[in-house]
Amino acid sequence: MVQDGAHRAHKVQSEAQAGATASAGAVQALILTGFGINCEEEFAAAYRLAGAEATIVHLNQVLHGQVSIHDFDILNFPGGFSFGDDLGSGVVLANKLRYRQNGPHGRTLLDDIKQFIANGKFVFGICNGFQVLVKLGLLPNLGGNVVPEVTLTHNASGRYEDRWVTLRVNPASNTPFLNGMDRLEVPVRHGEGRLVIPDAATQAAIETAGLNCLTYADFDGSATDVYPFNPNGAALNCAGLTDPTGQVFGLMPHPEAFLSAYNHPDWARRRRQSPEASEEGEGLQIFKNIVAHIAQKNTSTAPAAQLANQH
Amino acid sequence: MSDNTTHTIQLTLKPGQHDGDGQRVAEAAARHLGLATGRVRSAALYTVRYPLSETQLHDFATRCLADPVLHDVRLNELTGAEGFATYILVARRPGVTDDEGTSAQNALADILNEPLDVHTQHIFSKKLYLLENDLPESDLRRIAEELLGNKLINWLEVGRVADGIRDYTPRPGGGAEAITEVISLTGRSDAELVQLSKENIYALNLEEMQAVRDHFAAAETQAERQAAGLPADPTDCELEIIAQTWSEHCKHKEFSALINYKDLATGEEKQVDSLFKTYIKDATAEVDRQLRANGNDWLVKVFSDNAGAVRINPDSLFVWKVETHNSPSAIDPYGGAITGILGNNRDPLATGIGGARLLFNTNVLCFGNPEYDGPLLTGQLHPRRILEGVRKGIEDGGNKSGVPTVNGAIVFDDRYAGKPLVYCGTGAVMPMQFAGKDSWEKNIDAGDRIIMAGGRVGKDGIHGATFSSIELDETAPATAVQIGSPITQKLAMDFLLLAARRGLLKCSTDNGAGGLSSSVGELAGISGGAVVELEKVPLKYPGLRPWEIFVSESQERFTLVVEPGKMAEITALGQEMEVELTDIGHFTADGFLDVRFDGAPVARLNMHFLHEGVPRKILEAEWTRPALTEPTFTSPPDPLSRGEGAPDMHSIEPSGSPLRGRGAGGEVSQPRIALPADYTETLTQLLGSLNICSRESVIRQYDHEVKGRTIVKPLMGATGQAPQDAAVVRFNFESWEGVAVSNGIIPRYGDLDAYDMSAGSFDEAVRQIIAVGGKLPNLTPGDGIFWSVNDNFCVPDSVYDATSNPDGKQKLAKLVRMCEALRDATAAYCIPLTSGKDSMKNDFKADGVKISVPPTVLYSMTAKMEDVRRAVTSDFKQADDVVYLLGETHDELGGSDFYALHGQLGANVPKVDFAKAKALYTLVGQANDQRLIQSCHDLSDGGLAVALAETTFGYGYGAEIDLPAAGLPLATQLFSESHSRFLATVAPEDVVAFEQLLGSRATRLGRVTLDGQLTVRHAGQPVISANTATLRAAWTNGPVNKLLGVVSKDNLSHSNSL
Repeated sequence: MVQDGAHRAHKVQSEAQAGATASAGAVQALILTGFGINCEEEFAAAYRLAGAEATIVHLNQVLHGQVSIHDFDILNFPGGFSFGDDLGSGVVLANKLRYRQNGPHGRTLLDDIKQFIANGKFVFGICNGFQVLVKLGLLPNLGGNVVPEVTLTHNASGRYEDRWVTLRVNPASNTPFLNGMDRLEVPVRHGEGRLVIPDAATQAAIETAGLNCLTYADFDGSATDVYPFNPNGAALNCAGLTDPTGQVFGLMPHPEAFLSAYNHPDWARRRRQSPEASEEGEGLQIFKNIVAHIAQKNTSTAPAAQLANQH
Repeated sequence: MSDNTTHTIQLTLKPGQHDGDGQRVAEAAARHLGLATGRVRSAALYTVRYPLSETQLHDFATRCLADPVLHDVRLNELTGAEGFATYILVARRPGVTDDEGTSAQNALADILNEPLDVHTQHIFSKKLYLLENDLPESDLRRIAEELLGNKLINWLEVGRVADGIRDYTPRPGGGAEAITEVISLTGRSDAELVQLSKENIYALNLEEMQAVRDHFAAAETQAERQAAGLPADPTDCELEIIAQTWSEHCKHKEFSALINYKDLATGEEKQVDSLFKTYIKDATAEVDRQLRANGNDWLVKVFSDNAGAVRINPDSLFVWKVETHNSPSAIDPYGGAITGILGNNRDPLATGIGGARLLFNTNVLCFGNPEYDGPLLTGQLHPRRILEGVRKGIEDGGNKSGVPTVNGAIVFDDRYAGKPLVYCGTGAVMPMQFAGKDSWEKNIDAGDRIIMAGGRVGKDGIHGATFSSIELDETAPATAVQIGSPITQKLAMDFLLLAARRGLLKCSTDNGAGGLSSSVGELAGISGGAVVELEKVPLKYPGLRPWEIFVSESQERFTLVVEPGKMAEITALGQEMEVELTDIGHFTADGFLDVRFDGAPVARLNMHFLHEGVPRKILEAEWTRPALTEPTFTSPPDPLSRGEGAPDMHSIEPSGSPLRGRGAGGEVSQPRIALPADYTETLTQLLGSLNICSRESVIRQYDHEVKGRTIVKPLMGATGQAPQDAAVVRFNFESWEGVAVSNGIIPRYGDLDAYDMSAGSFDEAVRQIIAVGGKLPNLTPGDGIFWSVNDNFCVPDSVYDATSNPDGKQKLAKLVRMCEALRDATAAYCIPLTSGKDSMKNDFKADGVKISVPPTVLYSMTAKMEDVRRAVTSDFKQADDVVYLLGETHDELGGSDFYALHGQLGANVPKVDFAKAKALYTLVGQANDQRLIQSCHDLSDGGLAVALAETTFGYGYGAEIDLPAAGLPLATQLFSESHSRFLATVAPEDVVAFEQLLGSRATRLGRVTLDGQLTVRHAGQPVISANTATLRAAWTNGPVNKLLGVVSKDNLSHSNSL
């Protein structure tokens, strides 16, 4: 894309407060947008609140080679309705990443993403972004060959819904995104969030590896298939998946919509009960986790990161 | 599929996969049509009209379209499946937006790795339904037309599978038609002029047609036209431009008319010199004067642009616009609503320079009773179908654009059964400056280029309001109904944001009603003229005449103004972001709107005549007060004389529609209401009534928190079921500044007095914002608390005609009174109007019957919240908090929901005492400054009793309430809908401070309890005693959620009469 001056990409900043600069060595988050993606601003805000630098770029900037994902630590696919979601959520965007040849020798963006993950970096998808990762085969990727193994389709209720749910973190999960977390409340906002696993073997493999990292839970924190606690009828009551490395993570609910305590529907009563409670929202913890994890990794393996950046 | 460039791909669900779509069709056919379909199986069809090898087709189908987990694929065969007797195929008519086809085309380009023009349609998406039962063709058609498609936009094939499945793929035809005709007006009689206007759907009256004729006959015009090479007589395009520009929609002729108003009771007569000028513009100018005198100079732009703009802080503006989309929604509810919401989004997007960031949507809907079970008029859609279609349109329009729908309202009244009202509102934030230029200004100089951006032009929406009369057929690819494409608009929106921030835009406007004719015509007023080259306008398909190109209302388009030196950069940005930009001409300063096709003149109109030449209307209004009677109460038996648990004395007619008796002719002789001793049942009935019950099933299908900034949502509390008065949204993640958003609309009071209805609606919206923690403007010098209000009037035809509209004068008088109340309210609260709209012909005529909406006004209010963390929600927060009623209750049950429950209208309409209201709101603001209020709910439909119940819904608290024995009758205390009142709670430790501050304006009622029991006592006797979970269930299981609730298998076993 045509860029202003030396700016490589459109930096995230409030209209009112231009000119914020990132400190050198900050964790670099790349957030894709364009073509119907619409949760990029809160996604970027989450990273900024977690201490990282967030850069929002139009997908075409990446596809056309003006921005390289390898200059970043974590690649993010926000929610929205990419390409209108008319063929099934995330399908057209996944196709574009898999088939559209950009670089020389027929290289696709998916080829780059595979390299990115092989370099030890992280990929995060929320809602529509999660759907893209599943349709690409990056999640759960049991076989390691990035082909679709499960799918996400229409909610059992047959309708789109915006409601708050409680998630329980699978203790068997190894992903750094969920470090030290046990439970969190978040909104779901989707019509196609029902995880479908085609066969018992796949399901068993997912469970054994603890890839079903987030589960819809009832008030007691127990996994449930009861609507509306499980809002879509997902297999394994599963709300989110990781790949076996834990580097790729996606979920249907929206942690980036719970950055402030004041996002919760019951915030006013809760603050009356605990006036001194933190003003942070529970969803922010996921971003703090991954930023801290990457920062620590980057300090301990600085030379390696430099190499990757020169890719 | 004989030729090798046309292929069909069919996707069916693999055995064992849940076919939700098919199941819904079966259930809906049973529920709504009483038809037993047996099992229904759905399939997606894609017809690809593009040369593909067999391998390419196979790869495309299996890798791009099919989900390997879910779908089986069939190529080039259109066959049924074992066990299914009949089918319904739903295709689109020529030219109808097909986003699914476009998406598939995108995927095809990616897998082929070749560029494929997405503006030419190569892929057509369809749905195929196979039905188990061998239903007759007439039943299949009913299912097709009433549940699956709309005849105006869909091509529907039905039949027996055994006879072969008939396919349909639109084939837009026709060659280029660069024909411009000349229409002579000279020598035509008055009758002929009127006839010409009618035939060509100009919608101009005789005086207007005469003005046009005289303009063209004038010697000066003749000389100019001869010199410019134009024919002496007007061209078709010129008459179309004049008709669009002078339309009621664009010129607001009735709001600008001279009105002779007579009060028949007092004999008073007066002349109103333009409703808009007198009651809206001048009133706001006076408010602005008071604001500025007090150091509050945040009112930046009013009435003169697509949306109003107020200053949030030194860096940014808040932009606010609310519009209606009623007529289209009556005929195609989904298309009408989605184009309504997307069209309204374009207004703030294209205010000033353009490129504001959308912050939220609101919507307020007025429908007929969805449980109506009588006959329908020709062309009238069932209210339930309108409700469901409009709801879906708002869902897609808002959700797919990434704009949260933060609040709204639904009002039911049988008089909206002909034309529904669909109000769409959008708030946005714009930086004060773009690349060093003031963002709210629209500057244009001669020589600037005219750029069309976004979608292409088809025959969509030509002559918008009259499309129902146009027969659509295969050869004419006309589709008068518009379907919005949120994804197309999202791309254009992302582009505008960036183009504005890079300083590439000089200004912009949206293409809505009247299309280019209107957008270029209005912008040309700034520079003083324009030249448009119509042959450059990109079309969806060939076959449009020049005038059609100019007035087409094809959606998702913006008109941009770009300096010649910035063309290269903006063009590159458009290419990069895949937004089509076309240079279609330039602005001039010669005073003419000059339209050409391939160099040949198509139109050349004097700008002054175009914008100022319309003759002024003179209208008659006569006010007569309706004859109204207040019902009398028959007292309950002495509670002491009967045993505990004696049956309630109920003489209500619970079987009647709650709306019955509200019409103009609803007089009841000697109205009486027998009062019960216990009101628990009355309260339960009210909570479950159509106009009060929960709208959760609607609300949850709208994304109300995308962007992560919604602080007060429509439903709050631990249960997520406590209804709120106003939404609160923060502007960004860096500060806690935000905006409160509310809606005031109470059309039923208009049956008693239009003035009080309008005043009450205004007050309702104000008090909702006060309830949520907002503060009135201008109380402190330079406090910077902006308020921005849009007024939207929707009235029946109010122009008197002895035969066709004999009560037109009365209707116009109501409108005058509504406007008078508006002026008084703005002055009293010092709250400015910043934009608005009037919709003047909300009548539905068919079969000799006219259904007219009641005169309706919506006040959509926004106000700055300095710190959203200080917002107050409606639900109780803690046990032992003290419950207060703030404000005064009067004997004002007229038009109340309590009376409606008893089939009565009454006479005592609630009135607003602005001075008292302002004093109370000021004190509530001060109490909030001291953080004294824990919860606050405004009193409206159903009065105190309903408010008490609703405040318990958030957590399951209860309350013990004691009402005074003296004063008003108990029923009046419980159910009067007197304005300017709140139900508030205060922590025990703050009671002294609160009572000192509020004084006599606060009446202590009782306390919040932990036991989940609502107990109301009167003179020591319990008069309401209910479990709040039971009350919440009555509210939640009301007719709206039942109608739209999750369809379960239970519904298959019995049909209902809808």
